[in-house]
Amino acid sequence: MPKTDEEKGFVDVVNGRYKPRGVFHIIEKNQPIFNKDSGKLAGVTNPRDMTYIHSYGGEAIFFESLGKGKLMATRCDNDKCEAKGSIFEPFRIYCPDCLRKATIVDITEKAQKMAKIHSFIITHRSGAFNTLPKPIKFINVEFDKEVVTILMSVLSVGEPEIGKRVVPIFRTKDPTYTIMDLMFVLEGTPESDLPEGFTY
Amino acid sequence: MIKFSDKQLRIPKLMRPVYLVTAGMSKFGRAFPETRTEELCIQAFTAASDFVGMTPAELKQYIHTCYYGHFADHFGDQLLGESVIHDRLGLDPLGNIGVKTGGATGGSAMWEAVKAVASGYSDCALALGWERMDEVPTDEGNHLISAAADKDWETPLGHMYTGYYAVMAQRYWKIFGKEEESFRKTMAEIAVKNRGYARMNPHAHGPMKITVEDVINSPIVAYPLRVLDCCLMSVGSACGIVCDEKTAYEITDNPLRIYIAAGSHTLRVADRRDMKVPLLPNEKQGQYDDLGKKFPGGNRYPGFTGFLAARVAAYYAYHMSGVVDPTEDLDVVELHDAFTISDIQTYEDIGIRPYGKGRDYIETGDAYVINPQTKKPGKLPSNPCGGLIGCMHAVGATGLMQIAEIGYHIWNRWDEIHEPEEKWKAFGREKPKDWTSLQVKGAKRGLAISHAGVGSHVTCTILMDPNKLIKED
Repeated sequence: MPKTDEEKGFVDVVNGRYKPRGVFHIIEKNQPIFNKDSGKLAGVTNPRDMTYIHSYGGEAIFFESLGKGKLMATRCDNDKCEAKGSIFEPFRIYCPDCLRKATIVDITEKAQKMAKIHSFIITHRSGAFNTLPKPIKFINVEFDKEVVTILMSVLSVGEPEIGKRVVPIFRTKDPTYTIMDLMFVLEGTPESDLPEGFTY
Repeated sequence: MIKFSDKQLRIPKLMRPVYLVTAGMSKFGRAFPETRTEELCIQAFTAASDFVGMTPAELKQYIHTCYYGHFADHFGDQLLGESVIHDRLGLDPLGNIGVKTGGATGGSAMWEAVKAVASGYSDCALALGWERMDEVPTDEGNHLISAAADKDWETPLGHMYTGYYAVMAQRYWKIFGKEEESFRKTMAEIAVKNRGYARMNPHAHGPMKITVEDVINSPIVAYPLRVLDCCLMSVGSACGIVCDEKTAYEITDNPLRIYIAAGSHTLRVADRRDMKVPLLPNEKQGQYDDLGKKFPGGNRYPGFTGFLAARVAAYYAYHMSGVVDPTEDLDVVELHDAFTISDIQTYEDIGIRPYGKGRDYIETGDAYVINPQTKKPGKLPSNPCGGLIGCMHAVGATGLMQIAEIGYHIWNRWDEIHEPEEKWKAFGREKPKDWTSLQVKGAKRGLAISHAGVGSHVTCTILMDPNKLIKED
């Protein structure tokens, strides 16, 4: 059952420190585990309800931009690096070769014009805590030669096929500020077919 | 394109020879609701001491440092689990350390132990691994395993590991399998072979007598991978003990030379940039220049179709040990068949077959103990224990179980471990009426690949009869 706001934990950053408020763990009694055949005690359950606090650091702009309909990446602009000009998506704060801070670039338009499916899977199963409707169509997205990596995402509308053109969509209404705010649809999908809260 | 420097490609050197003197393993299963982890670890250690005719107390007298492979603390809700096991094994006050490299944890624990002996720090080191994957519900377990991906970019999508491999399978099938139904069948043959071999192994968690059709008709996990294409999620323990030459011959008359090396690649497959294929000793310059022509789309290396970490680990280990062509120079291999597709990818990464030709290893029958086509011994049998698909994948123990299994073949004592009726009974398992020895006859050299994530870490271990070394020290 979803938690009420009174049962949730929230965090702000105040004066350079995390400031938690609300509820961060609900204590639940452990339960014995018995062997139904022998009637003997085998062990106990150890329930945990924890909320982790996590910093996005230099990647925060990527996750914040999704809710604004922007796909941000980074590019190495170091003249002395062989990787100069390489665009990284997933976003890398530092160039993996020269370890200089990479330049943040907006590749929304590039993705709209160039993105295509490199590989994909369709699955009816997922790990616990997943919220996507099943079957889930996971896709790996390639852009152009400047983008030297292949982004993992979800195809929200359409049937995946290697080489098919896709375009990004963004959860601009009530963003979650996670990677779940970015999905893709097949090129030509009408805006009216996009999932609730998503826009081009 | 990324490049490697000469310094990075320098062949690792062990400062003195290192020997595997014994190995042991517990029973493996999906769940042990009435057995603590330490009981399984002690089972593995005791099996290792029995193997050299010592009591556990006698064997412990030789050990100087301990390397523990235990990947997933969060499964067991126990930090410093290594300390618990070290104490229960009664090995205080020896120095010990935990090693965590995903599915390669077992191999990495051995990598550390070998280096400790090679450097002279220790004359005898224990590598012992385990995993406890039964103490959370399966879907939570799948979530916890998939957390061994990027927690911001991948895990929230709800992936599970099968999904990470399925995208590789799609890509491989399209490019190198040319979308042929026959390629799908070859993948299924691996599952049939390994689950069938597991029937001869009392330790094995997932033995099955199945057909290619059973695999192809089994429920889809992440298309094109089906339930029977996937490895097991197991609980159990395995260990190996390595020594310098003098100590090795004090413990046994038959120690095996051990070489081991490791490689790595990005945790996110997404980050894998294009590069030139690093060549193994049995490959020629220019060999892959036309790969993209022969297999359109296959020019992106390693892309979604190869594991650079496996290639680099093999590159180091082959040069260290003198192996030129694994199919000619080795007699048996234990590969990390997490999924049928990754098994095929590994054949190519470690040079059993060139890139694009991995399927041939299965289709020719070379990968079988007895080649199903010729009815003669296979050229290079793979995974006679059943592998991860048939025997077990108790993550921290897997690489050590594989090393143990290769050892049993070279020691010519495979039957002693897998045949005794009393062991089958003690494990509560029924020995098949058609039990058959899978001892690879005359095996003198073997290899084990321990592999993590979607190829984030890989170790390559080579064991040799010291009288059958390829390279002079």
